[in-house]
Amino acid sequence: MGWSIIRVWTVAVYLFMFLPVAVVVLLSFNDNQFGSFPITGFSFRWFIELWQNDAILRAFKTSIVLGALTALISTILGVLASLALVRYKIPGRNLISTLLIAPILVPEVVLAVALLLFLNFLSFHKSFLLLLLGHVIFTLPFVVLVVQARLVSIRRDYEEAAMSLGANPVQAFFQITLPLLAPAVFAGMLFAFTISFDDITGTLFWKPGGIETVPTQIFSMLRNSISPEINALGSIMIILTVGLPLIGVGIARRIAMKQH
Amino acid sequence: MARETREARQPWLLLAPALTTIFFLLVVPVLFVVVYSFWLRTANGSDQPGFYMTNWAEVVTDPFYRDILFNTLKIAAVTTFLCALLGYPTAYFIARSRGNKAMLLMLLMLPFWISYIIRTMSWINILGVSGALNSLLLSLGVIETPLQLLYNEATVVLGLVHFLLPFMVLNIYVSVEGIDETLEDAACSLGSTRWQSFLEVTLPLSLPGLAAGGLLCFVLAAGTYITPLVLGGPTDAMFANLVFEAIITQLDWPLGSALSLVLVAVLGALVFIYNRFFGMAQLMKGLS
Repeated sequence: MGWSIIRVWTVAVYLFMFLPVAVVVLLSFNDNQFGSFPITGFSFRWFIELWQNDAILRAFKTSIVLGALTALISTILGVLASLALVRYKIPGRNLISTLLIAPILVPEVVLAVALLLFLNFLSFHKSFLLLLLGHVIFTLPFVVLVVQARLVSIRRDYEEAAMSLGANPVQAFFQITLPLLAPAVFAGMLFAFTISFDDITGTLFWKPGGIETVPTQIFSMLRNSISPEINALGSIMIILTVGLPLIGVGIARRIAMKQH
Repeated sequence: MARETREARQPWLLLAPALTTIFFLLVVPVLFVVVYSFWLRTANGSDQPGFYMTNWAEVVTDPFYRDILFNTLKIAAVTTFLCALLGYPTAYFIARSRGNKAMLLMLLMLPFWISYIIRTMSWINILGVSGALNSLLLSLGVIETPLQLLYNEATVVLGLVHFLLPFMVLNIYVSVEGIDETLEDAACSLGSTRWQSFLEVTLPLSLPGLAAGGLLCFVLAAGTYITPLVLGGPTDAMFANLVFEAIITQLDWPLGSALSLVLVAVLGALVFIYNRFFGMAQLMKGLS
Protein backbone atom coordinates (compact mmCIF):
# COMPACT_ATOMS: atom_id res chain seq x y z
CA MET A 1 0.00 0.00 0.00
CA GLY A 2 2.68 2.48 1.06
CA TRP A 3 4.80 1.57 -1.92
CA SER A 4 2.03 2.45 -4.42
CA ILE A 5 1.59 5.88 -2.79
CA ILE A 6 5.33 6.48 -3.19
CA ARG A 7 5.08 5.40 -6.82
CA VAL A 8 2.25 7.82 -7.56
CA TRP A 9 4.17 10.55 -5.71
CA THR A 10 7.24 9.92 -7.87
CA VAL A 11 5.23 10.05 -11.09
CA ALA A 12 3.71 13.36 -9.94
CA VAL A 13 7.17 14.80 -9.14
CA TYR A 14 8.51 13.79 -12.56
CA LEU A 15 5.46 15.36 -14.21
CA PHE A 16 6.08 18.54 -12.22
CA MET A 17 9.68 18.60 -13.44
CA PHE A 18 8.95 17.96 -17.11
CA LEU A 19 5.44 19.17 -17.92
CA PRO A 20 6.32 22.89 -18.11
CA VAL A 21 9.31 22.09 -20.34
CA ALA A 22 7.13 19.92 -22.57
CA VAL A 23 4.66 22.80 -22.89
CA VAL A 24 7.50 25.04 -24.15
CA VAL A 25 8.26 22.54 -26.93
CA LEU A 26 4.55 22.07 -27.68
CA LEU A 27 3.86 25.81 -27.98
CA SER A 28 6.90 26.41 -30.18
CA PHE A 29 5.18 24.40 -32.94
CA ASN A 30 1.80 26.09 -32.41
CA ASP A 31 0.31 27.91 -35.38
CA ASN A 32 -1.70 30.35 -33.20
CA GLN A 33 -0.73 33.93 -34.05
CA PHE A 34 0.08 34.79 -30.43
CA GLY A 35 1.94 31.55 -29.93
CA SER A 36 -0.12 30.80 -26.84
CA PHE A 37 -3.10 28.55 -26.14
CA PRO A 38 -5.29 27.32 -27.75
CA ILE A 39 -3.28 25.06 -30.06
CA THR A 40 -4.53 25.81 -33.56
CA GLY A 41 -2.20 23.75 -35.73
CA PHE A 42 1.31 22.62 -36.44
CA SER A 43 3.77 25.11 -37.86
CA PHE A 44 7.44 25.98 -38.11
CA ARG A 45 6.72 29.72 -38.35
CA TRP A 46 8.35 30.61 -35.01
CA PHE A 47 11.53 28.81 -35.95
CA ILE A 48 11.60 30.69 -39.26
CA GLU A 49 11.11 34.00 -37.45
CA LEU A 50 13.82 33.02 -35.02
CA TRP A 51 16.17 32.31 -37.91
CA GLN A 52 15.52 35.80 -39.26
CA ASN A 53 16.16 37.47 -35.90
CA ASP A 54 19.71 38.88 -36.06
CA ALA A 55 19.95 39.64 -32.34
CA ILE A 56 19.27 36.01 -31.43
CA LEU A 57 21.69 34.65 -34.01
CA ARG A 58 24.40 36.97 -32.69
CA ALA A 59 23.67 35.85 -29.13
CA PHE A 60 23.95 32.23 -30.23
CA LYS A 61 27.33 32.85 -31.80
CA THR A 62 28.59 34.65 -28.69
CA SER A 63 27.38 31.86 -26.40
CA ILE A 64 29.00 29.13 -28.49
CA VAL A 65 32.36 30.90 -28.75
CA LEU A 66 32.28 31.77 -25.06
CA GLY A 67 31.29 28.25 -24.04
CA ALA A 68 33.95 26.62 -26.23
CA LEU A 69 36.77 28.85 -24.97
CA THR A 70 35.60 28.42 -21.38
CA ALA A 71 35.51 24.64 -21.77
CA LEU A 72 38.97 24.56 -23.33
CA ILE A 73 40.65 26.71 -20.68
CA SER A 74 38.99 25.23 -17.61
CA THR A 75 39.56 21.69 -18.83
CA ILE A 76 43.30 22.32 -19.25
CA LEU A 77 43.55 23.97 -15.82
CA GLY A 78 41.34 21.33 -14.23
CA VAL A 79 43.14 18.29 -15.68
CA LEU A 80 46.57 19.58 -14.63
CA ALA A 81 45.37 20.34 -11.10
CA SER A 82 43.62 16.97 -10.77
CA LEU A 83 46.81 15.16 -11.81
CA ALA A 84 48.73 16.94 -9.08
CA LEU A 85 46.08 16.16 -6.46
CA VAL A 86 45.66 12.49 -7.31
CA ARG A 87 49.16 11.47 -8.39
CA TYR A 88 51.37 13.23 -5.85
CA LYS A 89 51.57 13.49 -2.08
CA ILE A 90 51.51 17.19 -1.43
CA PRO A 91 51.35 19.10 1.83
CA GLY A 92 48.14 21.08 2.41
CA ARG A 93 46.08 18.84 0.12
CA ASN A 94 42.78 19.62 1.84
CA LEU A 95 43.32 23.35 1.67
CA ILE A 96 44.16 23.12 -2.03
CA SER A 97 41.09 20.98 -2.74
CA THR A 98 38.91 23.46 -0.90
CA LEU A 99 40.44 26.35 -2.86
CA LEU A 100 39.78 24.57 -6.14
CA ILE A 101 36.10 24.08 -5.37
CA ALA A 102 35.74 27.47 -3.64
CA PRO A 103 33.95 28.99 -6.67
CA ILE A 104 30.96 26.69 -5.95
CA LEU A 105 30.94 27.58 -2.27
CA VAL A 106 30.82 31.36 -2.77
CA PRO A 107 27.37 32.57 -3.94
CA GLU A 108 27.64 33.34 -7.64
CA VAL A 109 26.33 36.89 -7.20
CA VAL A 110 29.20 37.67 -4.84
CA LEU A 111 31.74 36.07 -7.18
CA ALA A 112 30.32 38.24 -9.97
CA VAL A 113 30.55 41.44 -7.92
CA ALA A 114 34.08 40.64 -6.71
CA LEU A 115 35.50 39.94 -10.16
CA LEU A 116 33.80 42.97 -11.71
CA LEU A 117 35.01 45.39 -9.03
CA PHE A 118 38.55 44.06 -8.81
CA LEU A 119 39.23 43.95 -12.54
CA ASN A 120 37.62 47.37 -12.96
CA PHE A 121 40.02 48.66 -10.30
CA LEU A 122 42.86 47.37 -12.48
CA SER A 123 41.25 49.42 -15.32
CA PHE A 124 40.03 46.25 -16.92
CA HIS A 125 36.48 47.06 -17.90
CA LYS A 126 33.44 45.00 -18.83
CA SER A 127 34.38 43.04 -21.92
CA PHE A 128 34.24 39.65 -23.56
CA LEU A 129 37.50 38.80 -21.79
CA LEU A 130 35.98 39.56 -18.37
CA LEU A 131 33.06 37.33 -19.30
CA LEU A 132 35.48 34.56 -20.27
CA LEU A 133 37.55 34.83 -17.07
CA GLY A 134 34.37 34.74 -14.99
CA HIS A 135 33.06 31.65 -16.77
CA VAL A 136 36.42 29.87 -16.39
CA ILE A 137 36.39 30.50 -12.63
CA PHE A 138 32.99 29.04 -11.93
CA THR A 139 33.25 26.05 -14.30
CA LEU A 140 36.71 25.00 -13.04
CA PRO A 141 35.46 23.19 -9.88
CA PHE A 142 33.12 20.98 -11.90
CA VAL A 143 35.93 19.91 -14.25
CA VAL A 144 38.18 19.17 -11.25
CA LEU A 145 35.47 17.06 -9.57
CA VAL A 146 34.69 15.03 -12.69
CA VAL A 147 38.32 14.44 -13.74
CA GLN A 148 39.51 13.68 -10.20
CA ALA A 149 36.79 11.07 -9.69
CA ARG A 150 37.94 9.25 -12.84
CA LEU A 151 41.67 9.66 -12.22
CA VAL A 152 41.42 7.92 -8.85
CA SER A 153 40.22 4.78 -10.63
CA ILE A 154 43.08 4.69 -13.18
CA ARG A 155 45.85 2.59 -11.67
CA ARG A 156 49.26 4.10 -11.39
CA ASP A 157 50.86 0.81 -12.45
CA TYR A 158 50.18 1.52 -16.11
CA GLU A 159 52.24 4.72 -16.07
CA GLU A 160 54.97 3.06 -14.06
CA ALA A 161 55.09 0.16 -16.50
CA ALA A 162 55.44 2.59 -19.40
CA MET A 163 58.20 4.48 -17.62
CA SER A 164 60.07 1.32 -16.72
CA LEU A 165 60.01 0.49 -20.44
CA GLY A 166 61.74 3.78 -21.14
CA ALA A 167 58.99 6.38 -21.55
CA ASN A 168 59.55 9.73 -19.83
CA PRO A 169 56.75 11.12 -17.62
CA VAL A 170 55.42 13.38 -20.39
CA GLN A 171 55.28 10.48 -22.86
CA ALA A 172 53.65 8.30 -20.22
CA PHE A 173 51.01 10.97 -19.67
CA PHE A 174 50.16 11.52 -23.32
CA GLN A 175 50.30 7.86 -24.38
CA ILE A 176 48.90 6.09 -21.33
CA THR A 177 47.08 8.34 -18.88
CA LEU A 178 45.41 10.77 -21.25
CA PRO A 179 43.75 8.10 -23.44
CA LEU A 180 42.45 6.38 -20.31
CA LEU A 181 41.28 9.71 -18.95
CA ALA A 182 39.69 10.80 -22.25
CA PRO A 183 36.06 10.07 -21.31
CA ALA A 184 36.39 12.16 -18.13
CA VAL A 185 38.19 14.99 -19.94
CA PHE A 186 35.45 14.97 -22.53
CA ALA A 187 32.72 14.89 -19.87
CA GLY A 188 34.38 17.75 -17.98
CA MET A 189 34.62 19.80 -21.16
CA LEU A 190 30.99 19.21 -21.99
CA PHE A 191 30.01 20.06 -18.43
CA ALA A 192 31.97 23.31 -18.56
CA PHE A 193 30.47 24.20 -21.93
CA THR A 194 26.92 23.60 -20.77
CA ILE A 195 27.34 25.52 -17.52
CA SER A 196 28.87 28.44 -19.40
CA PHE A 197 26.23 28.31 -22.13
CA ASP A 198 23.47 28.34 -19.51
CA ASP A 199 24.83 30.97 -17.15
CA ILE A 200 22.93 34.18 -16.57
CA THR A 201 23.64 35.15 -12.93
CA GLY A 202 27.28 36.12 -13.46
CA THR A 203 26.90 37.01 -17.12
CA LEU A 204 24.48 39.88 -16.44
CA PHE A 205 27.15 41.47 -14.21
CA TRP A 206 30.06 41.00 -16.58
CA LYS A 207 28.69 41.48 -20.08
CA PRO A 208 29.43 44.79 -21.75
CA GLY A 209 26.53 46.67 -23.32
CA GLY A 210 25.80 45.37 -26.81
CA ILE A 211 26.99 41.81 -26.14
CA GLU A 212 24.27 39.31 -25.34
CA THR A 213 24.48 35.59 -24.70
CA VAL A 214 21.48 33.35 -25.35
CA PRO A 215 20.21 33.42 -21.73
CA THR A 216 20.60 37.20 -21.38
CA GLN A 217 18.91 37.67 -24.75
CA ILE A 218 15.97 35.53 -23.59
CA PHE A 219 15.90 37.48 -20.35
CA SER A 220 15.70 40.84 -22.07
CA MET A 221 13.01 39.51 -24.44
CA LEU A 222 11.00 38.33 -21.41
CA ARG A 223 11.01 41.83 -19.99
CA ASN A 224 9.09 43.13 -22.99
CA SER A 225 6.57 40.33 -23.21
CA ILE A 226 6.68 36.62 -23.73
CA SER A 227 6.91 36.20 -27.46
CA PRO A 228 6.41 32.86 -29.18
CA GLU A 229 9.95 33.11 -30.53
CA ILE A 230 11.22 32.51 -27.00
CA ASN A 231 9.43 29.17 -26.95
CA ALA A 232 11.04 28.27 -30.27
CA LEU A 233 14.45 29.30 -28.93
CA GLY A 234 13.72 27.31 -25.78
CA SER A 235 12.86 24.26 -27.86
CA ILE A 236 16.13 24.49 -29.77
CA MET A 237 18.08 24.87 -26.52
CA ILE A 238 16.30 21.93 -24.93
CA ILE A 239 17.01 19.74 -27.95
CA LEU A 240 20.62 20.96 -28.04
CA THR A 241 21.40 20.66 -24.34
CA VAL A 242 19.61 17.35 -23.94
CA GLY A 243 20.94 15.96 -27.21
CA LEU A 244 24.60 16.99 -26.76
CA PRO A 245 25.19 15.13 -23.49
CA LEU A 246 23.46 12.04 -24.88
CA ILE A 247 25.78 12.14 -27.91
CA GLY A 248 28.66 12.78 -25.52
CA VAL A 249 27.80 9.74 -23.42
CA GLY A 250 27.61 7.70 -26.62
CA ILE A 251 31.04 8.84 -27.81
CA ALA A 252 32.60 8.33 -24.38
CA ARG A 253 31.20 4.82 -24.32
CA ARG A 254 32.56 4.06 -27.78
CA ILE A 255 36.02 5.33 -26.80
CA ALA A 256 35.88 3.25 -23.64
CA MET A 257 34.83 0.19 -25.62
CA LYS A 258 37.69 0.54 -28.12
CA GLN A 259 40.15 0.46 -25.27
CA HIS A 260 39.02 -2.93 -24.05
CA MET B 1 69.22 14.67 -5.48
CA ALA B 2 68.54 16.88 -8.47
CA ARG B 3 65.95 14.39 -9.63
CA GLU B 4 64.21 14.41 -6.29
CA THR B 5 63.81 18.18 -6.18
CA ARG B 6 62.39 18.03 -9.67
CA GLU B 7 59.92 15.38 -8.51
CA ALA B 8 58.90 17.56 -5.60
CA ARG B 9 58.40 20.56 -7.84
CA GLN B 10 56.23 18.75 -10.38
CA PRO B 11 52.87 18.81 -8.58
CA TRP B 12 53.24 22.51 -7.94
CA LEU B 13 53.92 23.15 -11.62
CA LEU B 14 50.72 21.24 -12.43
CA LEU B 15 48.74 23.13 -9.80
CA ALA B 16 50.17 26.54 -10.59
CA PRO B 17 47.83 27.55 -13.45
CA ALA B 18 44.62 26.62 -11.60
CA LEU B 19 45.71 28.00 -8.23
CA THR B 20 46.98 31.26 -9.74
CA THR B 21 43.67 31.69 -11.54
CA ILE B 22 41.65 31.06 -8.39
CA PHE B 23 43.92 33.25 -6.29
CA PHE B 24 43.80 36.30 -8.56
CA LEU B 25 40.25 35.92 -9.83
CA LEU B 26 38.54 34.76 -6.64
CA VAL B 27 40.51 35.16 -3.41
CA VAL B 28 41.99 38.60 -4.09
CA PRO B 29 38.75 39.98 -5.60
CA VAL B 30 36.68 38.83 -2.61
CA LEU B 31 39.17 40.47 -0.22
CA PHE B 32 39.04 43.55 -2.42
CA VAL B 33 35.25 43.67 -1.95
CA VAL B 34 35.83 43.86 1.81
CA VAL B 35 38.08 46.88 1.27
CA TYR B 36 35.67 48.42 -1.23
CA SER B 37 32.78 48.22 1.23
CA PHE B 38 34.52 50.88 3.35
CA TRP B 39 34.96 53.25 0.45
CA LEU B 40 32.54 56.05 -0.24
CA ARG B 41 30.55 56.85 -3.32
CA THR B 42 30.84 60.55 -4.19
CA ALA B 43 28.41 62.71 -6.09
CA ASN B 44 30.60 62.89 -9.21
CA GLY B 45 30.42 59.12 -9.57
CA SER B 46 33.98 58.18 -8.60
CA ASP B 47 34.50 56.12 -5.47
CA GLN B 48 36.54 57.65 -2.67
CA PRO B 49 39.03 55.19 -1.12
CA GLY B 50 39.23 55.37 2.65
CA PHE B 51 37.74 53.90 5.78
CA TYR B 52 34.15 55.06 5.99
CA MET B 53 31.48 53.26 7.96
CA THR B 54 28.70 54.89 5.92
CA ASN B 55 27.69 51.84 3.84
CA TRP B 56 27.80 49.46 6.75
CA ALA B 57 25.76 51.85 8.90
CA GLU B 58 23.16 52.03 6.14
CA VAL B 59 23.04 48.26 5.60
CA VAL B 60 22.82 47.45 9.30
CA THR B 61 20.32 50.11 10.38
CA ASP B 62 17.98 50.49 7.41
CA PRO B 63 14.93 48.26 8.13
CA PHE B 64 14.39 47.97 4.36
CA TYR B 65 17.48 45.78 3.97
CA ARG B 66 16.70 43.81 7.13
CA ASP B 67 13.16 43.03 5.98
CA ILE B 68 14.34 41.85 2.58
CA LEU B 69 17.05 39.72 4.19
CA PHE B 70 14.52 38.01 6.46
CA ASN B 71 12.11 37.57 3.58
CA THR B 72 14.88 36.03 1.47
CA LEU B 73 15.74 33.58 4.23
CA LYS B 74 12.05 32.74 4.59
CA ILE B 75 11.65 32.08 0.86
CA ALA B 76 14.80 29.94 0.87
CA ALA B 77 13.56 27.98 3.90
CA VAL B 78 10.11 27.33 2.40
CA THR B 79 11.72 26.31 -0.90
CA THR B 80 14.08 23.90 0.88
CA PHE B 81 11.23 22.40 2.90
CA LEU B 82 9.08 21.85 -0.20
CA CYS B 83 12.03 20.32 -2.08
CA ALA B 84 12.59 17.89 0.80
CA LEU B 85 8.88 17.04 1.00
CA LEU B 86 8.57 16.43 -2.76
CA GLY B 87 12.04 14.97 -3.15
CA TYR B 88 12.38 12.44 -0.34
CA PRO B 89 9.74 9.92 -1.45
CA THR B 90 10.96 10.30 -5.03
CA ALA B 91 14.59 9.63 -4.11
CA TYR B 92 13.50 6.70 -1.95
CA PHE B 93 11.48 5.26 -4.83
CA ILE B 94 14.42 5.54 -7.27
CA ALA B 95 16.87 3.99 -4.80
CA ARG B 96 14.60 1.06 -4.01
CA SER B 97 13.07 0.42 -7.43
CA ARG B 98 14.21 -2.61 -9.36
CA GLY B 99 13.42 -2.38 -13.05
CA ASN B 100 13.62 1.16 -14.30
CA LYS B 101 16.23 2.67 -11.99
CA ALA B 102 18.63 3.59 -14.81
CA MET B 103 15.93 5.42 -16.73
CA LEU B 104 14.64 7.25 -13.66
CA LEU B 105 18.18 8.40 -12.86
CA MET B 106 18.82 9.57 -16.40
CA LEU B 107 15.56 11.52 -16.41
CA LEU B 108 16.57 13.04 -13.07
CA MET B 109 19.80 14.33 -14.62
CA LEU B 110 18.04 15.90 -17.59
CA PRO B 111 16.88 19.10 -15.84
CA PHE B 112 20.53 19.91 -15.06
CA TRP B 113 21.10 20.14 -18.79
CA ILE B 114 18.03 22.22 -19.57
CA SER B 115 18.57 25.95 -19.41
CA TYR B 116 17.67 27.55 -16.08
CA ILE B 117 16.12 30.61 -17.74
CA ILE B 118 13.98 28.40 -20.01
CA ARG B 119 12.78 26.28 -17.08
CA THR B 120 11.96 29.42 -15.12
CA MET B 121 10.10 31.14 -17.92
CA SER B 122 8.24 27.93 -18.79
CA TRP B 123 5.89 28.68 -15.90
CA ILE B 124 4.66 31.78 -17.74
CA ASN B 125 3.28 29.38 -20.36
CA ILE B 126 1.46 27.48 -17.62
CA LEU B 127 0.23 30.22 -15.30
CA GLY B 128 0.17 33.31 -17.52
CA VAL B 129 -3.02 35.15 -18.47
CA SER B 130 -3.15 33.19 -21.74
CA GLY B 131 -1.37 30.17 -20.26
CA ALA B 132 -2.38 26.54 -20.08
CA LEU B 133 -4.23 26.71 -16.77
CA ASN B 134 -6.29 29.79 -17.60
CA SER B 135 -7.16 28.43 -21.06
CA LEU B 136 -8.28 25.18 -19.52
CA LEU B 137 -10.44 26.85 -16.85
CA LEU B 138 -11.92 29.25 -19.42
CA SER B 139 -12.83 26.49 -21.85
CA LEU B 140 -14.39 24.45 -19.03
CA GLY B 141 -16.43 27.49 -18.06
CA VAL B 142 -15.11 27.52 -14.50
CA ILE B 143 -14.02 31.16 -14.84
CA GLU B 144 -15.19 34.01 -17.08
CA THR B 145 -12.05 36.14 -17.08
CA PRO B 146 -8.45 34.92 -16.82
CA LEU B 147 -6.99 34.78 -13.31
CA GLN B 148 -3.84 36.71 -12.44
CA LEU B 149 -1.78 33.82 -11.08
CA LEU B 150 1.74 35.03 -11.82
CA TYR B 151 4.13 37.58 -10.39
CA ASN B 152 3.84 37.00 -6.65
CA GLU B 153 5.88 35.39 -3.91
CA ALA B 154 4.21 32.00 -4.41
CA THR B 155 5.30 31.82 -8.04
CA VAL B 156 8.86 32.77 -7.02
CA VAL B 157 8.87 29.80 -4.61
CA LEU B 158 7.34 27.60 -7.31
CA GLY B 159 10.08 28.56 -9.77
CA LEU B 160 12.80 27.94 -7.19
CA VAL B 161 11.39 24.54 -6.20
CA HIS B 162 11.22 23.57 -9.85
CA PHE B 163 14.85 24.65 -10.33
CA LEU B 164 16.28 23.08 -7.16
CA LEU B 165 14.30 19.84 -6.75
CA PRO B 166 16.77 17.73 -8.82
CA PHE B 167 19.64 18.76 -6.50
CA MET B 168 17.63 17.57 -3.49
CA VAL B 169 16.49 14.29 -5.05
CA LEU B 170 20.02 13.45 -6.21
CA ASN B 171 21.57 14.05 -2.79
CA ILE B 172 18.95 12.03 -0.93
CA TYR B 173 19.21 9.27 -3.54
CA VAL B 174 22.98 8.97 -3.04
CA SER B 175 22.39 8.59 0.70
CA VAL B 176 19.48 6.11 0.58
CA GLU B 177 21.26 4.05 -2.09
CA GLY B 178 24.12 3.50 0.35
CA ILE B 179 21.89 2.07 3.09
CA ASP B 180 21.72 -1.70 3.28
CA GLU B 181 18.17 -2.70 2.41
CA THR B 182 18.25 -5.69 4.75
CA LEU B 183 18.48 -3.33 7.74
CA GLU B 184 14.84 -2.41 7.22
CA ASP B 185 13.88 -6.06 6.88
CA ALA B 186 15.79 -6.83 10.06
CA ALA B 187 13.88 -4.11 11.94
CA CYS B 188 10.62 -5.54 10.60
CA SER B 189 11.45 -9.07 11.60
CA LEU B 190 12.15 -7.79 15.09
CA GLY B 191 8.57 -6.58 15.29
CA SER B 192 8.50 -2.99 14.01
CA THR B 193 6.09 -1.96 11.27
CA ARG B 194 7.38 -0.84 7.84
CA TRP B 195 6.73 2.77 8.80
CA GLN B 196 8.54 2.41 12.14
CA SER B 197 11.54 0.78 10.53
CA PHE B 198 11.67 3.63 8.01
CA LEU B 199 11.44 6.27 10.72
CA GLU B 200 13.98 4.67 13.02
CA VAL B 201 16.45 3.11 10.59
CA THR B 202 16.37 4.52 7.06
CA LEU B 203 15.49 8.14 7.78
CA PRO B 204 18.27 8.73 10.35
CA LEU B 205 20.82 6.99 8.11
CA SER B 206 19.83 9.16 5.14
CA LEU B 207 20.09 12.38 7.11
CA PRO B 208 23.52 13.35 5.65
CA GLY B 209 22.08 13.30 2.13
CA LEU B 210 19.01 15.23 3.20
CA ALA B 211 21.22 17.83 4.85
CA ALA B 212 23.51 18.14 1.83
CA GLY B 213 20.53 18.58 -0.47
CA GLY B 214 19.00 21.04 1.97
CA LEU B 215 22.16 23.13 2.17
CA LEU B 216 22.49 23.28 -1.62
CA CYS B 217 18.83 24.24 -2.07
CA PHE B 218 18.95 26.88 0.65
CA VAL B 219 22.19 28.51 -0.50
CA LEU B 220 21.23 28.50 -4.18
CA ALA B 221 17.72 29.81 -3.43
CA ALA B 222 18.96 32.58 -1.13
CA GLY B 223 21.51 33.74 -3.70
CA THR B 224 19.24 34.06 -6.72
CA TYR B 225 17.99 37.25 -8.33
CA ILE B 226 16.82 35.97 -11.70
CA THR B 227 13.78 33.99 -10.50
CA PRO B 228 12.22 36.98 -8.67
CA LEU B 229 12.83 39.15 -11.75
CA VAL B 230 11.11 36.66 -14.06
CA LEU B 231 8.34 35.22 -11.85
CA GLY B 232 8.00 37.79 -9.05
CA GLY B 233 6.12 41.06 -8.79
CA PRO B 234 7.68 44.48 -8.15
CA THR B 235 7.67 43.93 -4.37
CA ASP B 236 9.16 40.43 -4.43
CA ALA B 237 12.82 41.45 -4.57
CA MET B 238 15.22 39.10 -2.81
CA PHE B 239 18.53 40.03 -1.24
CA ALA B 240 20.61 39.32 -4.36
CA ASN B 241 18.31 41.71 -6.24
CA LEU B 242 19.50 44.47 -3.90
CA VAL B 243 23.09 43.65 -4.81
CA PHE B 244 22.25 43.68 -8.53
CA GLU B 245 20.36 46.98 -8.18
CA ALA B 246 23.21 48.64 -6.27
CA ILE B 247 25.97 47.44 -8.60
CA ILE B 248 24.36 47.52 -12.04
CA THR B 249 21.53 50.04 -11.82
CA GLN B 250 22.62 52.62 -9.24
CA LEU B 251 26.36 52.05 -9.77
CA ASP B 252 26.82 52.43 -6.00
CA TRP B 253 29.65 49.91 -5.78
CA PRO B 254 30.67 50.52 -2.15
CA LEU B 255 27.10 49.87 -1.00
CA GLY B 256 26.83 46.86 -3.31
CA SER B 257 30.04 45.50 -1.77
CA ALA B 258 28.67 45.78 1.76
CA LEU B 259 25.42 44.10 0.68
CA SER B 260 27.22 41.19 -0.99
CA LEU B 261 29.30 40.66 2.14
CA VAL B 262 26.12 40.37 4.20
CA LEU B 263 25.03 37.57 1.87
CA VAL B 264 28.43 35.86 2.19
CA ALA B 265 28.33 36.14 5.98
CA VAL B 266 24.83 34.70 6.34
CA LEU B 267 25.30 31.84 3.86
CA GLY B 268 28.88 31.25 4.98
CA ALA B 269 27.69 30.77 8.57
CA LEU B 270 25.29 28.13 7.31
CA VAL B 271 28.01 26.29 5.36
CA PHE B 272 30.22 26.48 8.46
CA ILE B 273 27.55 24.91 10.69
CA TYR B 274 26.92 22.23 8.09
CA ASN B 275 30.64 21.47 7.89
CA ARG B 276 30.81 21.03 11.66
CA PHE B 277 28.07 18.39 11.61
CA PHE B 278 28.48 16.55 8.31
CA GLY B 279 31.77 17.60 6.67
CA MET B 280 32.29 18.80 3.14
CA ALA B 281 32.89 15.32 1.72
CA GLN B 282 29.15 14.54 1.78
CA LEU B 283 28.43 17.62 -0.31
CA MET B 284 30.98 16.57 -2.92
CA LYS B 285 29.37 13.14 -3.16
CA GLY B 286 26.18 14.63 -4.49
CA LEU B 287 27.93 17.06 -6.81
CA SER B 288 29.95 14.58 -8.78
